[in-house]
Amino acid sequence: MNLLTAQAPAAVPRSGKGLALGIWRFIAVALVLALSLAFAQVAVAQADPDREMTTAAPGITADQWRQVRSGETGPNYRDSRHDSNYNLINSSGETWRHIRNRWVSPFGLIAIGATAALITLFYLIVGRKDLEAPRTGRLILRWSLMMRALHWTVATLFLALALTGLNLLFGKFVFRTLFGDAVWAWMIAASKLLHNYMGPIFGVLLVIMLVSLIKENIPKWHDWEWIKKGGGMIGKKHVDAGFANGGEKAWYWILASVGLLVVASGFVLDFPNFDQSRDTMQWANVIHAVGALGITAISLGHIYIGTLGTEGALEAMTTGYVDETWAKEHHNLWYEEVKDQTIPEEEVAARKSSGTSAGPSATRTS
Amino acid sequence: MAQMKFMCDAERCIECNGCVTACKNANEVPWGIQRRRVVTLNDGEASEMSISVACMHCDDAPCMAVCPTDCFHKTDDGIVLHDKDLCIGCGYCLYACPFGAPQFPQTSAFGERGKMDKCTFCAGGPAESKEEEYEKYGANRIAEGKLPLCAEMCSTKALLAGDAQDVADIFRQRVVQRGHKDGAWSNNPQASTDNLAYDAAQKG
Repeated sequence: MNLLTAQAPAAVPRSGKGLALGIWRFIAVALVLALSLAFAQVAVAQADPDREMTTAAPGITADQWRQVRSGETGPNYRDSRHDSNYNLINSSGETWRHIRNRWVSPFGLIAIGATAALITLFYLIVGRKDLEAPRTGRLILRWSLMMRALHWTVATLFLALALTGLNLLFGKFVFRTLFGDAVWAWMIAASKLLHNYMGPIFGVLLVIMLVSLIKENIPKWHDWEWIKKGGGMIGKKHVDAGFANGGEKAWYWILASVGLLVVASGFVLDFPNFDQSRDTMQWANVIHAVGALGITAISLGHIYIGTLGTEGALEAMTTGYVDETWAKEHHNLWYEEVKDQTIPEEEVAARKSSGTSAGPSATRTS
Repeated sequence: MAQMKFMCDAERCIECNGCVTACKNANEVPWGIQRRRVVTLNDGEASEMSISVACMHCDDAPCMAVCPTDCFHKTDDGIVLHDKDLCIGCGYCLYACPFGAPQFPQTSAFGERGKMDKCTFCAGGPAESKEEEYEKYGANRIAEGKLPLCAEMCSTKALLAGDAQDVADIFRQRVVQRGHKDGAWSNNPQASTDNLAYDAAQKG
């Protein structure tokens, strides 16, 4: 530093001597810089190899990394995390991600969208299935108050679970950008909480409903005929049906198989405190999502037939009673069994207003 | 822009768990949460090896891809952070993560997961104030120009943190000095053709 400050004035006169001195000074500084850098380089390169050889553990072989990749842990595997039941690398995580994001998510949306589109198209082209004969004004009790209450509770829970579930799978693509983080955070947190707490209730009620309806849903030969003829949904064909027709039975058995699978896998996901492994939960998640998306798509058909699609279907599940004509046309075999139990409309209305429980003693209560 | 990465040199890790302790201390993580873990394979055998694992701040992070609330984001430095205000504790990030990094405090009934917690590369997370940030995510050493404490305190410098290029350069040099035939990434079928040793020699 002294050298630089002391010699600085010497550079002021622009004589040949001054210029030469400037050059020498530049060269000197450059040399010092270059040498120090070179020495540093040498120091790093020379000091380390010995040290490196003494500090490094024996070479890690390809076999060890293969072991890591395979996820096998072995008896001498140690993990410093107190509650960990994981291996070093979760190699199935990426598989799960691809199944969920590339297959389940888009094709679930396609399944539901396509079903909705087909139903809309069917409604526009074919329209509602009306009763062919005029109503007789005499009613038959089809659904007891208990069954109706059970049906609508399960239905409400189903819709809530479907909507919250769809929000968990697709919501982020729509609502986050639409409403912003503040609303979205609330929305998705509520979805998860509702889904997790309503799920078990739905599961229990579904089992109760399935058990109480199993007698009516045992498949018979005429159900196969019903399914082959598409239930007579198009045209004026008549197909045999008991208390439950082929379509209702198919829906019943879908719920009894896929539905219960969705409930069971839901329990695996809902209660992570039983030490189930990540892999188990990945599979449970895939089963849950595929099953639930499929059932949601099919449920659109059930909802359509039960409301817009068939005259007189919704009133059966709301009032509990169906008209004699409806019973004859949709459930002829059942009608043969119960045709002596018809009651006039006026009597039903009178009973309802007086508050006594509905139906003659012989009507089914299950 | 830097691409921040961790790398643990399995040939140097002595399983001292210093990184685990440093992390807990720097970030004051919730009870029961351990953002970094040390895994030992074949403990006590000749082939014993240890490695320190936490969030590896993946380029194509599986947690980000599967999160139903979209609570993750990547900083300009390539650090994967998450917003605890958006997290619902569904556990999907844990199913997807290759390294078991996401953890959930269990505070409610039925084993319900709390808000996810994971390594932040000591870069904090989204919050209104510094105090809130520290409370929710722990230290933001990156904002102070410092690297993650786990790597800074690693006694054998097995755990490296920093820009991917720097970390790779350091590791490559070590590999050259150890004289491995096929470089460090033994599983890499490219290793022999890439000739890492030659690359390293050229770089000095």
